[in-house]
Amino acid sequence: MAYVAIQGGQRAIEEAARLTEYLRTEQGTEGQPISPDDIQHQLRGLNNRVLSEGGLCHPKLTALAVKQTMGDPLEAAFVIRAYRSTRPRRIETDAHDTGGMRLMRRISAAFKDIPGGQMLGSTPDYGLRLLRFDLMDESPEAFQRVCQDWLTDLRDEMLPDSFPKVLDLLRKDGLLAEVSDDASKDAFDITREPMIFPVPRSAALQAMARGETGSLQMIAYSNMRGYGDVHPTVGEIRVGYMPVCLPHPVTGDPVEIGEVLMTECEVVAMYEGGQKEDEQPRFTVGYGACFGHNEVKAIAMAILDRALQKGRRDGADNPSEDEEFVLLHIDGIDSMGFCTHYKMPHYVTFQSDMDRLRATQTKKEQSK
Amino acid sequence: MMNKTTPYPQSTSYPFGFLDVYAKREIRRAVLKALALPGYQVPYASREMPMGRGFGTGGLQLTLSVIGPDDTLKVIDQGSDDSVNAVNLKQFIRQTCPGIDTTTETPKATLLQSRHRIPEVPLTEKQIIILQVPYPDPLVYVEPSEEIRKTMHGEANYARLWVKLYEDIREYGEITISHRYPTRINGHYILDPSPIMRWDVPKLHMSRAPILFGAGREKKIYAVPPFTKAEPLTFEDVPFRTENFLDDSGNRLACRRCGARDSFLDEFTTDAGEKVYQCSDTAYCTSRMKRAGMKRSPEVDHA
Repeated sequence: MAYVAIQGGQRAIEEAARLTEYLRTEQGTEGQPISPDDIQHQLRGLNNRVLSEGGLCHPKLTALAVKQTMGDPLEAAFVIRAYRSTRPRRIETDAHDTGGMRLMRRISAAFKDIPGGQMLGSTPDYGLRLLRFDLMDESPEAFQRVCQDWLTDLRDEMLPDSFPKVLDLLRKDGLLAEVSDDASKDAFDITREPMIFPVPRSAALQAMARGETGSLQMIAYSNMRGYGDVHPTVGEIRVGYMPVCLPHPVTGDPVEIGEVLMTECEVVAMYEGGQKEDEQPRFTVGYGACFGHNEVKAIAMAILDRALQKGRRDGADNPSEDEEFVLLHIDGIDSMGFCTHYKMPHYVTFQSDMDRLRATQTKKEQSK
Repeated sequence: MMNKTTPYPQSTSYPFGFLDVYAKREIRRAVLKALALPGYQVPYASREMPMGRGFGTGGLQLTLSVIGPDDTLKVIDQGSDDSVNAVNLKQFIRQTCPGIDTTTETPKATLLQSRHRIPEVPLTEKQIIILQVPYPDPLVYVEPSEEIRKTMHGEANYARLWVKLYEDIREYGEITISHRYPTRINGHYILDPSPIMRWDVPKLHMSRAPILFGAGREKKIYAVPPFTKAEPLTFEDVPFRTENFLDDSGNRLACRRCGARDSFLDEFTTDAGEKVYQCSDTAYCTSRMKRAGMKRSPEVDHA
């Protein structure tokens, strides 16, 4: 048996944990524990956010994280990240073409109609943000009926299907550069390699894909308002299930091993190039993608990707174009941790601060 | 042990030292590089730990990567073994590293993790001390961009840091840096010694124990190898000064518990409005009391 030194601080920590656990269950005999399954389905907005910021596509574990953190999205994503630290990365997939996504929703703002059609899917965009008082006392019967009715009316053509990508139309017309062969290169993994600036675009994209939604939104918004000039048009935003393939261990052929729910956004921005004689100017693209259904995040990321490309080429004129500024300040786990740490005791360093101030005051007194 | 592939892990299903083996390998390699390049900030991927960034996750990753079942661990925060954060870290390390011993007595520890302090008792070559780091780069005082700072370090271009110290003296008559005092290691790289006070900076010089620094959020590891020169930045005519614990008549203040006049003191104000002083290194204080046969609780008694 190992010898363990225990002191009073230990007690305080244990009691704090007990109190928190009490708050989780404070409804007492009136209460029912919320199940991770309920969270995954009924709090899907929250669960999707944790999926994306936790950087691990496991909707059941993220739901558990939401449950144990009582719905704090930063804390829940944090639990997922810490769990991820204990798991080795065993294998990498090849680059996937998101043309194969089974779509629940896809919109292009650039064209009135697109091959396969605009598909509104599930969105709060045109719903009215009015309180639904009828949900205050929703009965289980009413709840279940809504689902049954919808499924009864379901037609085959409403099931998710894959569609060509809108930006390919622009490429065919020569309005957009072909996808560079960078796509075949190995992607940088910021969870396994340190970011040393300047970083490859794949590192920037990964950092943003795991970034905290509000942080991405804020920096992207600064660009939209005038601290930058991306002026995006949403070429396409798509939400759906992306089949994930791995090479078969024997044949090497890609085999589908599962799917991830994801959101992808491609924005088309101001054209560039054409300075050389044989070269045509073309539109430029910003790319955003993340796990889960998180449209604001994907759009913000796409705008920032475009802003960062400009910063990388011409130097940053605005915070949103500065790679270090953006990538080192969007991680929710990092920023929340550091913000929180100021609550810890700093009395030793403060003692040292007082020493400096007193010495300075004495100097000032003497110089009078 | 539960099956490690279960998707619903209990705490027992985590590997020894929590981190996966590839993470430990990366961190150990970074440590070797850091020891080979004294004071150089080695970037590493830095995993998320189950406690907050800023609570010692860099130090923790170092500890978990170098600890073995035979180690005896001491964890302190602000010099105290009993600080909630120190207790929390120690508890976590003990949970994930079955077999290790923990101690509060500095000489008994083989591995020490600390925030903001180096113990008063000199460490030996049989010990390793790990310091938690919020800001790994002393140049952040004068340059916010990591990319530019990296070049400045490479070129040993510390001019702006010298200017900052000079301007401090011009404006205030004193260098205003209280803790995190920029220190040149082995005559080359200048490092941020973590928020230890100036009192502890001389302990870096020719330390017998290797000193490892881990910045988890900023994703850097660096080191002062054993028996290596460590010089705080000073001007020829402005000597480096540690914190002053003299009373108004110029006498050295003493710890009110153990009576030490050679330790870093925490300053409190009692309910009666009286100012009192007490050793920040609680283990040092307690060991002195024990030796003197003083009968007081080893618990810290804060005013």
